[in-house]
Amino acid sequence: MDPSLFIELTFQSVAFLLIVGFIGGLVSGFIGSGGAFVLTPGMMSLGVPGVVAVASNICHKFPKALVGAIKRHKFGQVDVKLGLYMASTAALGMWWGSGIQKSIKATWGEAGSNLYVSVAFVVVLTIVGLIVLRDAIALHRAGETRGEERVGRLARWVQTVEIPGTMVTFHVAKTRVSFLFILPLGFATGLLASTIAVGGFVGVPGMMYVLGAPGLVASATELVIAFVMGLGGTINFAMSGYVDIRLAMLILLASLFGIQLGAIGTTYVRPYMIKVVMAAIMLIVSVSRAIVIPVYLTQLGYMAVGDGTIGVLKIVSFVFMVAALGIGALIIIGAMVRGHREASAT
Amino acid sequence: MSDTPKPWGKLVFYGLGSAACYVALFANEKSVMASFTRADGWYWLLPIATAFVISYFHGGFTGCFWDVLGVKPRQPVRKDVEQEELEE
Repeated sequence: MDPSLFIELTFQSVAFLLIVGFIGGLVSGFIGSGGAFVLTPGMMSLGVPGVVAVASNICHKFPKALVGAIKRHKFGQVDVKLGLYMASTAALGMWWGSGIQKSIKATWGEAGSNLYVSVAFVVVLTIVGLIVLRDAIALHRAGETRGEERVGRLARWVQTVEIPGTMVTFHVAKTRVSFLFILPLGFATGLLASTIAVGGFVGVPGMMYVLGAPGLVASATELVIAFVMGLGGTINFAMSGYVDIRLAMLILLASLFGIQLGAIGTTYVRPYMIKVVMAAIMLIVSVSRAIVIPVYLTQLGYMAVGDGTIGVLKIVSFVFMVAALGIGALIIIGAMVRGHREASAT
Repeated sequence: MSDTPKPWGKLVFYGLGSAACYVALFANEKSVMASFTRADGWYWLLPIATAFVISYFHGGFTGCFWDVLGVKPRQPVRKDVEQEELEE
Protein backbone atom coordinates (compact mmCIF):
# COMPACT_ATOMS: atom_id res chain seq x y z
CA MET A 1 0.00 0.00 0.00
CA ASP A 2 1.26 3.47 -0.88
CA PRO A 3 0.31 5.56 2.22
CA SER A 4 0.53 8.81 0.22
CA LEU A 5 -2.59 7.74 -1.72
CA PHE A 6 -4.82 7.45 1.35
CA ILE A 7 -5.73 10.39 3.63
CA GLU A 8 -6.13 10.50 7.41
CA LEU A 9 -9.82 10.88 8.24
CA THR A 10 -10.79 14.04 10.08
CA PHE A 11 -14.12 15.26 11.47
CA GLN A 12 -14.50 17.68 8.53
CA SER A 13 -13.78 15.05 5.88
CA VAL A 14 -16.21 12.54 7.47
CA ALA A 15 -18.92 15.23 7.82
CA PHE A 16 -18.45 16.24 4.15
CA LEU A 17 -18.73 12.63 2.94
CA LEU A 18 -21.85 11.99 5.03
CA ILE A 19 -23.67 15.19 3.98
CA VAL A 20 -22.89 14.92 0.25
CA GLY A 21 -23.49 11.16 0.43
CA PHE A 22 -27.01 11.66 1.80
CA ILE A 23 -27.96 14.36 -0.70
CA GLY A 24 -26.40 12.40 -3.59
CA GLY A 25 -28.32 9.30 -2.49
CA LEU A 26 -31.58 11.24 -2.34
CA VAL A 27 -31.09 12.55 -5.88
CA SER A 28 -29.99 9.11 -7.16
CA GLY A 29 -33.05 7.43 -5.68
CA PHE A 30 -35.21 9.97 -7.47
CA ILE A 31 -33.61 10.49 -10.91
CA GLY A 32 -31.38 7.41 -11.13
CA SER A 33 -28.04 9.17 -10.87
CA GLY A 34 -26.41 12.04 -9.06
CA GLY A 35 -23.83 12.93 -6.50
CA ALA A 36 -20.81 11.58 -8.36
CA PHE A 37 -20.09 14.93 -10.00
CA VAL A 38 -19.79 16.58 -6.56
CA LEU A 39 -18.22 13.69 -4.63
CA THR A 40 -15.18 13.17 -6.87
CA PRO A 41 -14.00 16.83 -6.96
CA GLY A 42 -15.08 17.17 -3.32
CA MET A 43 -12.87 14.26 -2.22
CA MET A 44 -10.00 15.67 -4.27
CA SER A 45 -10.36 18.99 -2.43
CA LEU A 46 -9.93 17.00 0.83
CA GLY A 47 -6.56 15.83 -0.46
CA VAL A 48 -7.60 12.49 -1.95
CA PRO A 49 -5.66 11.77 -5.19
CA GLY A 50 -7.89 11.83 -8.30
CA VAL A 51 -7.65 8.11 -9.08
CA VAL A 52 -8.51 7.13 -5.47
CA ALA A 53 -11.42 9.62 -5.43
CA VAL A 54 -12.86 8.12 -8.64
CA ALA A 55 -12.27 4.53 -7.40
CA SER A 56 -13.81 5.14 -3.96
CA ASN A 57 -16.75 7.01 -5.48
CA ILE A 58 -17.53 4.19 -7.90
CA CYS A 59 -17.20 1.62 -5.06
CA HIS A 60 -20.02 3.34 -3.16
CA LYS A 61 -22.05 3.76 -6.36
CA PHE A 62 -22.74 0.11 -7.18
CA PRO A 63 -24.11 -1.00 -3.76
CA LYS A 64 -26.15 2.23 -3.60
CA ALA A 65 -27.59 1.58 -7.06
CA LEU A 66 -28.33 -2.03 -6.08
CA VAL A 67 -30.31 -1.00 -2.99
CA GLY A 68 -32.15 1.71 -4.98
CA ALA A 69 -32.96 -0.67 -7.83
CA ILE A 70 -34.38 -3.29 -5.43
CA LYS A 71 -36.49 -0.63 -3.72
CA ARG A 72 -37.89 0.78 -6.96
CA HIS A 73 -38.43 -2.73 -8.35
CA LYS A 74 -40.90 -3.19 -5.48
CA PHE A 75 -42.79 -0.17 -6.82
CA GLY A 76 -42.91 -1.80 -10.27
CA GLN A 77 -40.72 0.90 -11.85
CA VAL A 78 -37.62 -1.09 -12.92
CA ASP A 79 -37.30 -2.74 -16.34
CA VAL A 80 -34.47 -5.15 -15.51
CA LYS A 81 -34.28 -6.45 -19.09
CA LEU A 82 -33.89 -2.93 -20.51
CA GLY A 83 -31.30 -2.13 -17.83
CA LEU A 84 -29.21 -5.19 -18.74
CA TYR A 85 -29.41 -4.44 -22.48
CA MET A 86 -28.36 -0.84 -21.84
CA ALA A 87 -25.59 -1.85 -19.42
CA SER A 88 -24.07 -4.39 -21.80
CA THR A 89 -23.89 -1.84 -24.63
CA ALA A 90 -22.72 0.88 -22.20
CA ALA A 91 -19.72 -1.30 -21.34
CA LEU A 92 -18.56 -0.89 -24.96
CA GLY A 93 -18.97 2.89 -24.69
CA MET A 94 -16.99 3.00 -21.46
CA TRP A 95 -14.17 1.00 -22.97
CA TRP A 96 -14.03 3.30 -26.03
CA GLY A 97 -14.39 6.45 -23.89
CA SER A 98 -11.50 5.53 -21.61
CA GLY A 99 -9.37 5.01 -24.74
CA ILE A 100 -10.23 8.55 -25.93
CA GLN A 101 -9.40 9.93 -22.47
CA LYS A 102 -6.02 8.20 -22.45
CA SER A 103 -5.06 9.48 -25.91
CA ILE A 104 -6.12 13.07 -25.07
CA LYS A 105 -4.13 12.93 -21.84
CA ALA A 106 -1.09 11.57 -23.69
CA THR A 107 -1.30 14.34 -26.33
CA TRP A 108 -2.40 17.43 -24.36
CA GLY A 109 -1.69 16.43 -20.73
CA GLU A 110 -3.89 16.87 -17.65
CA ALA A 111 -5.19 20.32 -18.68
CA GLY A 112 -6.23 19.01 -22.11
CA SER A 113 -8.04 16.12 -20.50
CA ASN A 114 -9.84 18.46 -18.06
CA LEU A 115 -10.80 20.80 -20.93
CA TYR A 116 -12.25 17.86 -22.91
CA VAL A 117 -14.27 16.71 -19.89
CA SER A 118 -15.57 20.25 -19.21
CA VAL A 119 -16.54 20.89 -22.85
CA ALA A 120 -18.33 17.50 -22.93
CA PHE A 121 -20.18 18.47 -19.73
CA VAL A 122 -21.25 21.86 -21.14
CA VAL A 123 -22.29 20.68 -24.62
CA VAL A 124 -24.13 17.50 -23.58
CA LEU A 125 -25.77 18.82 -20.43
CA THR A 126 -26.92 22.10 -22.02
CA ILE A 127 -28.53 20.38 -25.02
CA VAL A 128 -30.07 17.46 -23.14
CA GLY A 129 -30.97 19.62 -20.11
CA LEU A 130 -32.89 22.09 -22.31
CA ILE A 131 -34.75 19.25 -24.08
CA VAL A 132 -35.76 17.72 -20.73
CA LEU A 133 -36.76 21.13 -19.31
CA ARG A 134 -38.87 21.96 -22.38
CA ASP A 135 -40.65 18.63 -22.05
CA ALA A 136 -41.26 19.12 -18.31
CA ILE A 137 -42.73 22.59 -18.91
CA ALA A 138 -44.95 21.25 -21.72
CA LEU A 139 -46.20 18.42 -19.48
CA HIS A 140 -46.91 20.87 -16.67
CA ARG A 141 -48.82 23.24 -18.98
CA ALA A 142 -50.79 20.36 -20.50
CA GLY A 143 -51.97 19.51 -17.01
CA GLU A 144 -50.76 15.92 -17.20
CA THR A 145 -50.27 15.59 -13.51
CA ARG A 146 -50.53 12.00 -12.44
CA GLY A 147 -51.51 10.59 -15.76
CA GLU A 148 -49.43 8.65 -18.26
CA GLU A 149 -46.79 10.64 -20.09
CA ARG A 150 -47.21 10.84 -23.83
CA VAL A 151 -44.63 9.05 -25.95
CA GLY A 152 -42.67 11.62 -27.97
CA ARG A 153 -42.54 11.82 -31.77
CA LEU A 154 -39.02 10.32 -32.05
CA ALA A 155 -39.87 7.40 -29.75
CA ARG A 156 -43.11 6.75 -31.66
CA TRP A 157 -41.10 6.53 -34.90
CA VAL A 158 -38.46 4.27 -33.27
CA GLN A 159 -41.25 1.94 -32.09
CA THR A 160 -42.63 1.66 -35.62
CA VAL A 161 -39.30 0.60 -37.17
CA GLU A 162 -39.44 -3.18 -37.58
CA ILE A 163 -36.06 -4.83 -38.20
CA PRO A 164 -36.56 -8.61 -38.23
CA GLY A 165 -34.44 -10.53 -35.74
CA THR A 166 -33.58 -7.45 -33.68
CA MET A 167 -36.91 -6.56 -32.04
CA VAL A 168 -37.04 -6.67 -28.24
CA THR A 169 -40.10 -6.15 -26.02
CA PHE A 170 -39.73 -4.44 -22.66
CA HIS A 171 -42.88 -5.01 -20.62
CA VAL A 172 -42.29 -2.61 -17.72
CA ALA A 173 -41.11 0.20 -20.02
CA LYS A 174 -44.08 -0.63 -22.28
CA THR A 175 -42.04 -0.43 -25.44
CA ARG A 176 -40.95 -2.71 -28.29
CA VAL A 177 -37.90 -1.50 -30.19
CA SER A 178 -35.04 -2.80 -32.29
CA PHE A 179 -31.82 -3.64 -30.48
CA LEU A 180 -30.09 -1.52 -33.12
CA PHE A 181 -31.53 1.60 -31.42
CA ILE A 182 -30.48 0.45 -27.95
CA LEU A 183 -26.89 -0.16 -29.05
CA PRO A 184 -25.97 3.50 -29.82
CA LEU A 185 -27.94 4.72 -26.81
CA GLY A 186 -26.15 2.38 -24.39
CA PHE A 187 -22.86 3.18 -26.11
CA ALA A 188 -23.41 6.93 -25.60
CA THR A 189 -24.35 6.32 -21.95
CA GLY A 190 -21.09 4.43 -21.35
CA LEU A 191 -19.08 6.99 -23.30
CA LEU A 192 -20.48 9.80 -21.15
CA ALA A 193 -19.98 7.77 -17.96
CA SER A 194 -16.31 7.32 -18.78
CA THR A 195 -15.99 11.04 -19.62
CA ILE A 196 -17.98 12.86 -16.92
CA ALA A 197 -18.79 9.95 -14.57
CA VAL A 198 -22.57 10.47 -14.88
CA GLY A 199 -23.83 8.34 -17.76
CA GLY A 200 -27.41 8.72 -16.52
CA PHE A 201 -27.55 12.23 -17.95
CA VAL A 202 -27.73 10.61 -21.39
CA GLY A 203 -29.13 7.19 -20.46
CA VAL A 204 -32.31 8.42 -18.73
CA PRO A 205 -33.33 11.02 -21.37
CA GLY A 206 -32.39 8.49 -24.07
CA MET A 207 -34.68 5.81 -22.63
CA MET A 208 -37.47 8.41 -22.38
CA TYR A 209 -37.18 10.21 -25.71
CA VAL A 210 -35.67 7.55 -28.00
CA LEU A 211 -37.14 4.32 -26.65
CA GLY A 212 -40.38 5.79 -25.24
CA ALA A 213 -40.01 4.60 -21.62
CA PRO A 214 -41.93 6.61 -18.99
CA GLY A 215 -39.76 8.96 -16.87
CA LEU A 216 -40.28 6.93 -13.69
CA VAL A 217 -39.26 3.67 -15.41
CA ALA A 218 -36.27 5.28 -17.16
CA SER A 219 -34.90 6.79 -13.94
CA ALA A 220 -35.42 3.51 -12.02
CA THR A 221 -33.88 1.41 -14.80
CA GLU A 222 -30.82 3.69 -14.79
CA LEU A 223 -30.06 2.25 -11.33
CA VAL A 224 -29.60 -1.21 -12.91
CA ILE A 225 -27.17 0.29 -15.44
CA ALA A 226 -25.35 2.16 -12.65
CA PHE A 227 -25.04 -1.07 -10.64
CA VAL A 228 -23.58 -3.09 -13.52
CA MET A 229 -21.19 -0.34 -14.64
CA GLY A 230 -20.27 0.55 -11.05
CA LEU A 231 -19.45 -3.06 -10.23
CA GLY A 232 -17.31 -3.41 -13.36
CA GLY A 233 -15.52 -0.12 -12.62
CA THR A 234 -14.89 -1.08 -8.99
CA ILE A 235 -13.36 -4.43 -9.99
CA ASN A 236 -11.09 -2.57 -12.40
CA PHE A 237 -9.88 -0.08 -9.75
CA ALA A 238 -9.73 -2.66 -6.92
CA MET A 239 -7.37 -4.81 -8.99
CA SER A 240 -4.94 -1.89 -8.96
CA GLY A 241 -5.47 -1.29 -5.21
CA TYR A 242 -6.98 2.20 -5.58
CA VAL A 243 -10.23 1.76 -3.62
CA ASP A 244 -10.25 3.50 -0.22
CA ILE A 245 -12.92 1.34 1.40
CA ARG A 246 -13.24 3.76 4.36
CA LEU A 247 -14.28 6.65 2.11
CA ALA A 248 -16.60 4.46 0.02
CA MET A 249 -18.39 2.97 3.02
CA LEU A 250 -18.73 6.35 4.78
CA ILE A 251 -20.47 7.77 1.69
CA LEU A 252 -22.60 4.61 1.53
CA LEU A 253 -23.54 4.99 5.21
CA ALA A 254 -25.41 8.22 4.44
CA SER A 255 -26.34 7.63 0.80
CA LEU A 256 -28.46 4.55 1.59
CA PHE A 257 -30.67 6.70 3.85
CA GLY A 258 -30.97 9.14 0.95
CA ILE A 259 -31.63 6.62 -1.81
CA GLN A 260 -34.42 4.93 0.17
CA LEU A 261 -36.06 8.31 0.74
CA GLY A 262 -35.62 9.39 -2.89
CA ALA A 263 -37.14 6.11 -4.13
CA ILE A 264 -40.15 6.52 -1.81
CA GLY A 265 -40.43 10.10 -3.06
CA THR A 266 -41.05 8.94 -6.64
CA THR A 267 -44.36 7.45 -5.52
CA TYR A 268 -45.61 10.82 -4.21
CA VAL A 269 -44.69 13.24 -6.97
CA ARG A 270 -46.16 14.06 -10.35
CA PRO A 271 -44.33 12.22 -13.17
CA TYR A 272 -42.94 15.41 -14.72
CA MET A 273 -41.07 16.24 -11.47
CA ILE A 274 -38.39 13.67 -12.40
CA LYS A 275 -37.77 15.76 -15.51
CA VAL A 276 -37.79 19.07 -13.60
CA VAL A 277 -35.14 17.84 -11.14
CA MET A 278 -33.03 16.31 -13.88
CA ALA A 279 -33.13 19.46 -16.05
CA ALA A 280 -32.33 21.76 -13.10
CA ILE A 281 -29.30 19.71 -12.05
CA MET A 282 -28.01 19.28 -15.61
CA LEU A 283 -28.24 22.98 -16.47
CA ILE A 284 -26.62 24.19 -13.22
CA VAL A 285 -23.79 21.64 -13.55
CA SER A 286 -23.33 22.80 -17.13
CA VAL A 287 -22.84 26.41 -15.92
CA SER A 288 -20.41 25.13 -13.28
CA ARG A 289 -18.21 23.46 -15.89
CA ALA A 290 -18.45 26.43 -18.31
CA ILE A 291 -17.06 28.72 -15.57
CA VAL A 292 -13.91 26.62 -15.25
CA ILE A 293 -13.11 26.34 -18.99
CA PRO A 294 -10.90 29.54 -19.03
CA VAL A 295 -8.72 27.88 -16.36
CA TYR A 296 -7.85 24.95 -18.63
CA LEU A 297 -7.48 27.21 -21.69
CA THR A 298 -4.93 29.25 -19.69
CA GLN A 299 -3.06 26.10 -18.66
CA LEU A 300 -2.88 25.10 -22.33
CA GLY A 301 -1.60 28.56 -23.32
CA TYR A 302 -4.65 29.64 -25.36
CA MET A 303 -5.74 32.32 -22.83
CA ALA A 304 -4.08 34.47 -20.17
CA VAL A 305 -5.96 34.59 -16.87
CA GLY A 306 -4.29 35.61 -13.58
CA ASP A 307 -3.69 33.14 -10.73
CA GLY A 308 -6.13 35.00 -8.46
CA THR A 309 -8.90 34.82 -11.06
CA ILE A 310 -8.19 31.11 -11.64
CA GLY A 311 -8.61 30.45 -7.91
CA VAL A 312 -11.90 32.38 -7.85
CA LEU A 313 -13.23 30.57 -10.94
CA LYS A 314 -12.43 27.16 -9.41
CA ILE A 315 -14.25 28.04 -6.17
CA VAL A 316 -17.29 29.50 -8.00
CA SER A 317 -17.43 26.39 -10.21
CA PHE A 318 -17.42 24.06 -7.18
CA VAL A 319 -20.07 26.17 -5.42
CA PHE A 320 -22.30 25.85 -8.52
CA MET A 321 -21.84 22.06 -8.49
CA VAL A 322 -22.80 21.82 -4.83
CA ALA A 323 -25.74 24.16 -5.56
CA ALA A 324 -26.90 21.87 -8.39
CA LEU A 325 -27.13 18.94 -6.01
CA GLY A 326 -28.63 21.03 -3.21
CA ILE A 327 -31.29 22.61 -5.44
CA GLY A 328 -32.15 19.17 -6.87
CA ALA A 329 -32.59 17.83 -3.33
CA LEU A 330 -34.74 20.80 -2.29
CA ILE A 331 -37.05 20.37 -5.31
CA ILE A 332 -37.38 16.64 -4.46
CA ILE A 333 -38.18 17.27 -0.79
CA GLY A 334 -40.63 20.07 -1.69
CA ALA A 335 -42.40 17.85 -4.25
CA MET A 336 -42.54 14.97 -1.76
CA VAL A 337 -44.08 17.15 0.94
CA ARG A 338 -46.69 18.50 -1.52
CA GLY A 339 -47.42 14.97 -2.76
CA HIS A 340 -47.77 13.70 0.79
CA ARG A 341 -50.21 16.50 1.66
CA GLU A 342 -52.28 15.74 -1.45
CA ALA A 343 -52.27 12.02 -0.59
CA SER A 344 -53.33 12.72 3.00
CA ALA A 345 -56.13 15.04 1.80
CA THR A 346 -57.67 12.38 -0.52
CA MET B 1 -49.82 6.98 7.03
CA SER B 2 -50.61 3.31 7.50
CA ASP B 3 -51.95 0.99 10.17
CA THR B 4 -49.58 -1.88 9.27
CA PRO B 5 -47.26 -2.93 12.13
CA LYS B 6 -43.84 -1.30 12.17
CA PRO B 7 -40.84 -3.57 11.47
CA TRP B 8 -39.01 -3.03 14.77
CA GLY B 9 -37.53 -6.55 14.78
CA LYS B 10 -36.04 -6.16 11.31
CA LEU B 11 -34.78 -2.68 12.20
CA VAL B 12 -32.86 -4.07 15.19
CA PHE B 13 -31.52 -7.08 13.23
CA TYR B 14 -30.29 -5.04 10.26
CA GLY B 15 -29.15 -2.17 12.50
CA LEU B 16 -26.97 -4.43 14.65
CA GLY B 17 -25.57 -6.10 11.52
CA SER B 18 -24.78 -2.74 9.96
CA ALA B 19 -23.20 -1.39 13.15
CA ALA B 20 -21.08 -4.55 13.51
CA CYS B 21 -19.80 -4.16 9.93
CA TYR B 22 -18.83 -0.52 10.44
CA VAL B 23 -17.19 -1.19 13.83
CA ALA B 24 -15.20 -4.09 12.33
CA LEU B 25 -14.11 -1.88 9.41
CA PHE B 26 -12.97 1.14 11.41
CA ALA B 27 -11.64 -0.69 14.50
CA ASN B 28 -9.24 -2.55 12.21
CA GLU B 29 -8.62 0.39 9.86
CA LYS B 30 -4.88 -0.16 9.40
CA SER B 31 -4.98 -3.87 8.65
CA VAL B 32 -8.10 -3.43 6.50
CA MET B 33 -6.42 -0.74 4.40
CA ALA B 34 -3.22 -2.76 4.11
CA SER B 35 -4.99 -5.83 2.72
CA PHE B 36 -7.82 -4.14 0.78
CA THR B 37 -5.41 -2.05 -1.31
CA ARG B 38 -3.17 -4.93 -2.36
CA ALA B 39 -2.97 -5.25 -6.14
CA ASP B 40 -1.97 -8.92 -6.19
CA GLY B 41 -3.89 -12.18 -5.99
CA TRP B 42 -7.58 -12.14 -5.10
CA TYR B 43 -7.37 -9.19 -2.67
CA TRP B 44 -9.47 -7.08 -5.07
CA LEU B 45 -12.45 -9.17 -3.97
CA LEU B 46 -12.28 -7.77 -0.41
CA PRO B 47 -13.70 -4.26 -1.13
CA ILE B 48 -16.35 -5.75 -3.45
CA ALA B 49 -17.47 -8.33 -0.87
CA THR B 50 -17.48 -5.67 1.88
CA ALA B 51 -19.67 -3.39 -0.24
CA PHE B 52 -22.17 -6.21 -0.83
CA VAL B 53 -22.30 -7.27 2.84
CA ILE B 54 -22.70 -3.69 4.11
CA SER B 55 -25.32 -2.89 1.46
CA TYR B 56 -27.32 -5.94 2.62
CA PHE B 57 -27.37 -4.97 6.29
CA HIS B 58 -27.35 -1.18 5.93
CA GLY B 59 -29.78 -1.26 3.00
CA GLY B 60 -32.19 -3.31 5.13
CA PHE B 61 -31.68 -0.99 8.08
CA THR B 62 -32.28 2.24 6.13
CA GLY B 63 -35.40 0.77 4.50
CA CYS B 64 -36.86 -0.16 7.92
CA PHE B 65 -35.71 3.19 9.34
CA TRP B 66 -38.00 5.25 7.06
CA ASP B 67 -40.74 2.66 7.46
CA VAL B 68 -40.64 2.94 11.26
CA LEU B 69 -40.73 6.73 10.95
CA GLY B 70 -43.92 6.37 8.89
CA VAL B 71 -42.34 7.41 5.57
CA LYS B 72 -43.83 4.81 3.23
CA PRO B 73 -44.48 4.63 -0.52
CA ARG B 74 -47.81 5.94 -1.75
CA GLN B 75 -48.38 3.34 -4.45
CA PRO B 76 -49.18 -0.19 -3.37
CA VAL B 77 -46.39 -2.74 -3.71
CA ARG B 78 -46.78 -4.88 -6.82
CA LYS B 79 -48.66 -8.08 -6.24
CA ASP B 80 -46.01 -10.32 -7.83
CA VAL B 81 -43.28 -8.79 -5.65
CA GLU B 82 -45.41 -9.23 -2.54
CA GLN B 83 -45.87 -12.86 -3.52
CA GLU B 84 -42.14 -13.34 -4.07
CA GLU B 85 -41.42 -11.87 -0.64
CA LEU B 86 -44.00 -14.08 1.03
CA GLU B 87 -42.48 -17.14 -0.58
CA GLU B 88 -38.97 -16.29 0.66
